[in-house]
Amino acid sequence: MADASNTDAFVEFERVQKSYDGETLVVKDLNLTMPRGEFLTMLGPSGSGKTTCLMMLAGFETATHGDIRLGGTSINNIPPHKRGIGMVFQNYALFPHMTIAENLSFPLEVRKMGKSEREEKIKRALDMVEMGAFGGRRPAQLSGGQQQRIALARALVFEPELVLMDEPLGALDKQLREKMQFEITSLAHNLGITTVYVTHDQTEAMTMSDRVAVFDDGVIQQLAPPDQLYEEPENSFVAQFIGENNTLEGVVKEINGEVALVQLDDGEVIDCKPINVGVGDRTRVSIRPERVEFNKERLKEGTHTVKAEVLEFIYMGDIFRTRLRVAGNDEFIIKTRNAPDQVRLEPGAQIEVGWLPEDCRALDA
Amino acid sequence: MLAADGTPLKKSLARALRLQKMRALALIAPLLIFVLVSFIIPIVSMLFRSVENSIVADTLPLTVVELQAWDSDSGELTGEPVFAAFVADMVVAIEAKQHTRLGTRLNYEQTGMSSLFRKSGRKIKRMDPATDAPFKDKLIEVDKKWGDVETWRVIKTHSVRITNGYFLNAVDMQRTPEGAQAQPEDKQILIRLFGRTLIMSLIITGSCILLGYPVAWILANLPMRTANVLMILVLLPFWTSLLVRTSAWKVMLQQQGVINEVLVWLGMVADDARLVMINNQLGTIIAMTHILLPFMILPMYSVMQTIQPTYLRAAKSMGATNWTAFWRVYFPLSVPGIGAGSILVFILAIGYDITPEIVGGTKGVFISNRIAYHISSSLNWGLAAALGTILLAVVLILYWAYDKIVGIDNVKLG
Repeated sequence: MADASNTDAFVEFERVQKSYDGETLVVKDLNLTMPRGEFLTMLGPSGSGKTTCLMMLAGFETATHGDIRLGGTSINNIPPHKRGIGMVFQNYALFPHMTIAENLSFPLEVRKMGKSEREEKIKRALDMVEMGAFGGRRPAQLSGGQQQRIALARALVFEPELVLMDEPLGALDKQLREKMQFEITSLAHNLGITTVYVTHDQTEAMTMSDRVAVFDDGVIQQLAPPDQLYEEPENSFVAQFIGENNTLEGVVKEINGEVALVQLDDGEVIDCKPINVGVGDRTRVSIRPERVEFNKERLKEGTHTVKAEVLEFIYMGDIFRTRLRVAGNDEFIIKTRNAPDQVRLEPGAQIEVGWLPEDCRALDA
Repeated sequence: MLAADGTPLKKSLARALRLQKMRALALIAPLLIFVLVSFIIPIVSMLFRSVENSIVADTLPLTVVELQAWDSDSGELTGEPVFAAFVADMVVAIEAKQHTRLGTRLNYEQTGMSSLFRKSGRKIKRMDPATDAPFKDKLIEVDKKWGDVETWRVIKTHSVRITNGYFLNAVDMQRTPEGAQAQPEDKQILIRLFGRTLIMSLIITGSCILLGYPVAWILANLPMRTANVLMILVLLPFWTSLLVRTSAWKVMLQQQGVINEVLVWLGMVADDARLVMINNQLGTIIAMTHILLPFMILPMYSVMQTIQPTYLRAAKSMGATNWTAFWRVYFPLSVPGIGAGSILVFILAIGYDITPEIVGGTKGVFISNRIAYHISSSLNWGLAAALGTILLAVVLILYWAYDKIVGIDNVKLG
């Protein structure tokens, strides 16, 4: 065990498949390795298989095929109550017939811990989430945010090495959510626990995680740190799903090393970085709105530009959001910073837009 | 606080709400009237009947007055004035054909009274209260029971208009001139019957919980569509006549019945030692558990449906075994359903009469069978009302005790 805890792989999914009905796979060939202490988020639309993965890890669903290992040991045949994994549920699942202290005491009691030790741990856990004064209350007497903290404290009170969280902030309002995002991450990092976090909210995933696994259709589409995920999406699903994204469709004409020449559907030609396309393939070109440039002086010599018509200018305070028609796409967005010398584009204006070839990724169509 | 036009805010609010209240009242009025007529009034009338006893004082007004002076403990027979008053009263009563009713009433207290009054009525009819005095010897000649101190003691004892006699009878006691006394040993059956009714109702409630809990659990945890199909099976008994169901148990349980035949055929029971499962307490318990089971399953099911499955998952993720998770988390949350089901089943069981009547034999009948007997056969409505009132009081006391122990807030029907 001592050796296992020193290896990089604390949580491992190896060739895991899951089917509920024997006809379709909900999770297809999942491979994932998590080092100790990592905060990993499973992000994806509903039905993408992320919650199923979490439930397999917790032991509430069995893998149809493959191996799930925890600290080097296969846990496929270990029942959930022996896995020692803390879990925070979407609706908190605080036991309504017990007080807060009794809720926290539950995991310690089933571990046959002595009374004084229990009380000490409960106090420490409650203080940790700043709910020390609430031990005698019942869950129904607490607000959503408070219940959330208690659920967190209850998952941590028996000091598990791995904590799973299933959309724990889903029911909170935006402000509270942002506060809790910060609290959960700092708690997880301070305590050094390994966390698997499931959400469908990409902002949450981006701000909290060390790495994000983007799920779709039962497959991890990309597993990468947030910045890499945003700036270097590996396929058009990830590009679309993470952040705001402009898409132009066309055909790859030629590839010269790091640069591909793409002919858009209206005949214009642009430079791109080829990611998962070959010559002759249809492609979806992906450009982030803040990387689009309409000031010719700032573009590199020889960069291809595209004609655009300004459709709408939206003032958003810190940024300007301008909607353009580019190569037949009416939803082409550019974002510019609200700086003193910034140009405010007027609707109807005819401009030319361009970008650095490496910011423009030619992805699968 | 004043409203915008200067009237007090409370008054203004009341006026604004009045129309709404009137409309609401109009909507519930038909039901309210129906409940009043068909439910409240019969109960009040039952409560009244259990103590009402005007018939002696109404039929023999003069006699009752004369009897006031007589010391029933002296052992001496009443004097001539009582006999004279009695004949005067009887002549009027015979005219109105009331004397046989009085005889029936007094017969509840002492057997033989009914025939005494009928027989004497024919003779007294021919007497003239004004001319035929003295009556003492004439009456004793008509029937020597009129010379018995006991006869007059019974009349005097039961001449009060509001009596506790029926209640005393209901608890195996009787009203005597010396006060309440125990009934003779061989007449003491009602207390035992009350006890048996309570204990058997408890057993029935208990077996309904044991049988119903797993069923409700399965129903609550199955997918909706399957649960609905099973729910029909649970409700099926409701769509079958109560008599048919009870009679079916008779077919099943009797000594030549299905179960015994199968057991004998399998060789598990000797042919001459067939199990006695009907016309006794066992028969009543089996049949009533079956009949009342849906009333237990339905509230338990609706409570269990509200228990989120994540509670169990949460408990297991914290290290609880299946059993601990069930016992510490699921079971406490399902208690309100058990409570609601138990109250329903127990209260229904305690007042049931058809099923015990059919399958209970003599050992398995309930107090309600006795009430039914007094209502329809012996026509002693006063005693029936007293028994019914006691039953009502027992149910209310148990309900109160339940509220104190478990808390009525913990009862959920859904």
